[in-house]
Amino acid sequence: MRKHKYNQIVLSVSATVSPFIMLFGLYVIFHGHYSPGGGFQGGTMLAAALLLIRLAAGFDIAQLQFKRILGTPLGSIGVLIYFGTGFLAMISGGEFLNYGFLPFAGFTEDGLRSLGILMVEIGVGVAVMAILVAIYDDLLEGYLHD
Amino acid sequence: MGLPDRGDPDAVMFREKSPAGSFGASSYYIRNAYRDAETPNMVTVVLADYRGYDTLGEETVIMTAGLICFLLLRRQRTKRDDNKPRKASADAQT
Repeated sequence: MRKHKYNQIVLSVSATVSPFIMLFGLYVIFHGHYSPGGGFQGGTMLAAALLLIRLAAGFDIAQLQFKRILGTPLGSIGVLIYFGTGFLAMISGGEFLNYGFLPFAGFTEDGLRSLGILMVEIGVGVAVMAILVAIYDDLLEGYLHD
Repeated sequence: MGLPDRGDPDAVMFREKSPAGSFGASSYYIRNAYRDAETPNMVTVVLADYRGYDTLGEETVIMTAGLICFLLLRRQRTKRDDNKPRKASADAQT
């Protein structure tokens, strides 16, 4: 990879803004029950925060934040969280993705459905974030070792 | 004929019953979304609970896109590929 001298202003502004974007992404995911948003939008924001660091500080330094090999496995784990929520409801007596049958004690059926929606949104957020970063890394792959 | 006015409560898609006389799904969602899932945001309930299977498919599409990018764009790290560039440059010289 060619050695660039990265711009100090761009780097410090990105490093300042990126955690706030990340925090807002988490807010969008976890507040999806009450306001517009949800897993897809919040995951995209998390990916935008990671990609901002990747653009500003360079690929090699950004490896300290989110490793390149993590992308595809985390995307699969997100899908597995979603599928596992549905499957957990299925093996405890209900239909597939019927969150009312999730085996957690101390919840009413409405609360269980609310919890199931939250778990599903977290799975979607993780998958979208990881896959977007992974696509960026894959597109950069040939350029790295020139 | 033509499109109904914006926000017209008498338009066909906003009526409780369809022209054929069957109950629409939208009025069911509006009445029961909070009661079923204790979530004020109706859109979230429809996307993640009533139509959860559809969202699972969407997420699978995204994961498939990532996997295809990984498979198409990765560098193959095999022994044969390490020899490839040398061979190509030798061909270029001759």
